[in-house]
Amino acid sequence: MITLNDLKIGYRIGSRVIKAVDGITLTIPDGCIVGVAGESGCGKSTLMKAIYGDIRSPMSLLGGDISYGMNGADGRPVTTANIQKEWFRSVSYIPQSSMNSLNPVIRIRDQFIDFPGTDRNKSRVLERAREHLGKLGLPAETMESYPHQLSGGMRQRVMIALATFFEPALIIADEPTTALDVVVQKEILMLLMDVQERMGNTILVVSHDMGVHYQTTDKMLIMYAGRVVEYGDTESVFADPQHAYTRMLIDSLPTIGDDSMRGVLASLAGAGGDRAFRVEPELIEVKPNHFVARPSLGEVAA
Amino acid sequence: MTVILKTEGLNKVFRQGGLMRSRQIKALNDVNITVEGDKPVVISVVGESGSGKTTLAKTLLRLEAPSSGRATVYDTVVTDTRSLGKRAFLGLVQPIFQNPFEAFSRYRPIDAYLLETATRVANLSGGAAEAAVADTLRSVGLDYAEVRGKYTNQFSGGELQRVSVARALIPQPKLIVADEPVSMIDASRRMIIINLFKKLRDEAGRSFLYITHDLATAYYISDYIVVMSKGQVVEFGAARDVMNNPQHAYTRLLLDSIPTTRSRWRQRAVPTAS
Amino acid sequence: MTATTVSEPAGTARSASRDSWAWLINTRLAVGFVIVSIFTLGAFILPLFAPADPSVQSTYMKNMPLTAAHLLGTNSLGQDIFWLLVFSIRNSLILGGIVAVGVTIISTIVGLSAGFIGGNFEWFVMLVVDTFITIPLLPLLIMLGALIRANQAFLVLAIIIFGWAWAARTVRSMALSLREREFINMARFSGANTIQILAREIFPYVTAYMLVNFINTMLFAINTEATLAVIGVSRVEIPTLGSIVFWALNYNALFTGNYVWIIAPIVATIALFLGLFLLSTGFNQAFANRRGVL
Repeated sequence: MITLNDLKIGYRIGSRVIKAVDGITLTIPDGCIVGVAGESGCGKSTLMKAIYGDIRSPMSLLGGDISYGMNGADGRPVTTANIQKEWFRSVSYIPQSSMNSLNPVIRIRDQFIDFPGTDRNKSRVLERAREHLGKLGLPAETMESYPHQLSGGMRQRVMIALATFFEPALIIADEPTTALDVVVQKEILMLLMDVQERMGNTILVVSHDMGVHYQTTDKMLIMYAGRVVEYGDTESVFADPQHAYTRMLIDSLPTIGDDSMRGVLASLAGAGGDRAFRVEPELIEVKPNHFVARPSLGEVAA
Repeated sequence: MTVILKTEGLNKVFRQGGLMRSRQIKALNDVNITVEGDKPVVISVVGESGSGKTTLAKTLLRLEAPSSGRATVYDTVVTDTRSLGKRAFLGLVQPIFQNPFEAFSRYRPIDAYLLETATRVANLSGGAAEAAVADTLRSVGLDYAEVRGKYTNQFSGGELQRVSVARALIPQPKLIVADEPVSMIDASRRMIIINLFKKLRDEAGRSFLYITHDLATAYYISDYIVVMSKGQVVEFGAARDVMNNPQHAYTRLLLDSIPTTRSRWRQRAVPTAS
Repeated sequence: MTATTVSEPAGTARSASRDSWAWLINTRLAVGFVIVSIFTLGAFILPLFAPADPSVQSTYMKNMPLTAAHLLGTNSLGQDIFWLLVFSIRNSLILGGIVAVGVTIISTIVGLSAGFIGGNFEWFVMLVVDTFITIPLLPLLIMLGALIRANQAFLVLAIIIFGWAWAARTVRSMALSLREREFINMARFSGANTIQILAREIFPYVTAYMLVNFINTMLFAINTEATLAVIGVSRVEIPTLGSIVFWALNYNALFTGNYVWIIAPIVATIALFLGLFLLSTGFNQAFANRRGVL
């Protein structure tokens, strides 16, 4: 169970500090897929990096903390300070456009061997890797291929394979299907759901596509300007969105077979300026497992 | 009845490789589409990457020459550079490109492009040119005073795309070819642009060729839909017909893969209390 | 990814970058600028106060030590070393400047047009460029110098003719990559013709390179001229940094003990080169920082 406690993350650029995450307090339960939604600049990627523990200059922890509720390989509880050792073991990160993160000059099988913390016994590692790729729907030849010989979808599967090789308790996927075609996207999303069902771990999925969230996630986190606007079970959030911003996001998605006028809320939102959706950092439970933040009234310039 | 868009035997072959071995890639493979009518329409071309939809757009915009075949827009053959000069072509077809952040040079104020279009393509001068720029900006919801003299890094993606639309409108083209115009804009802001296309079709009488991989937005504004796969047209018809009653297996596959918010692909166990 | 809200609604466009020139400042650039400024100002202002034409021999007593009247003493030819140095720095800078201007103009025009227009034109132009690149400048000039007593103008021309090719190749590859960018198409559909696109759209993107290349060419030209002068190939009566060394060597300055005569031009050359080099890399760094931050 991941607990965020008044988390504040910023970027130091010259003499200024830009607040990316501005006070988030919530708990993410084990064993479910949590979707993080919001527009560019809302802080969702920063939050993911912070949870992953990749806090490097110019990014810095301005306040608060994250507790992971699990013990690392050495038996001690995992914290932001020591989480680096758990990378690819208990915690994995699939970055945006990660299909382009594969080393282009080595074969797939060597990517597994190259991996930190692998077995000394190479053939055992390769055997496990082949089996693992098979479970993700990749043919045996993939092992011998170079990344450029595989399609975007296949490369993304390889990334997921690498990320899940050690059966981590937490996987963070930042826009895992954004660069993929819609047919391949469905396959990858189904794959992620399969992986979660088999391993029973927690997956955080960042996406700007509300449809993707509806299909894959159990819980939804909506972010705006560095704060959480709404957080609850996906069914509940979509059936009865509590905050105006959530309503706007859902409304922006046209549906086939639905001839109603869409995007009206987005245009109206434009008129209100970017202060329209600013909220206070505290989340209030308005329905079972469904939290929403109050709109902030006066505002101190961020 | 005017021929709004007609492609006849359109082919485009790319050669990849060097002197010894080379591969031929058929980006467009015998594309035949006919759309006729008297009212302005939105025609969507949907397909995945590699389907040929971008090559089709480039051919219509004369950014690529077809290997064979021809294309007609509003009763004018656009693929023949000899019969249709550059000026006349620019007054007939205008583009909107995918990447709003690359659409304008970093070193030039973006209204320079609009003024240039007004003076060079629409043949207006001085006050008339400025008025035309102000008009089109207003029709996309922007104020000229707010845009004047500013550079591309001072605007958001959505605003830049709207400026692109305004620029395309200045010479009053009959057809605007929009190549994935909203794919680089936040999902929640896309509808502003899409609704704008709708408005321009209905109120200003402009026809659009909307290239996209997003079927949902295609459904939302199109009158006609062309479904492409691997360089060929697999299905074509009135939007409502194709989307609600797909005939081709590929179209059905595409429709099936869209993550909607109506019914779930897979039922998931209700999570325990957090 | 920074967190500045990118998705702002209509009308509230952000203000222009407040630190417009701050990105330019870094240590290298500052030091280089100071050095080059001192040389340039000194080289162009001081000659106005020169008591006599320093290149005329036997103006003064020979081999005088450093005094108030002769800041660097005099040499075996009866010339005041200090004024000789000042005038030679001026001449070297002028020579370097003219060559740099010539090379920059030619290489930019050739490179941009070849890269942008493409096709057979590009093929032919690059053939010419590659031919010029492979011709070694120094040996050629030495051979020519042995045949003709090269004067300054000839030298300037020769260095320009054989120096433009390298930069042209770089500019061409820049043009090639710029050609594919979307705003070029935008300009086309706004009615611009090829010349207008080259001048308004592409040119601003190569100015950074042109500036750095200008400075490097100056360095190269001064260096080449100095080399030729030292071996006596050019007109050594005209005071340049190289010619002072030539005469110093010929008159065995080291043996006669007139160290200042030979060391002064060497130190001046090194300092000038250092200044130009720092200026060039300083600009490079500033441009790179700007690209990274923006």
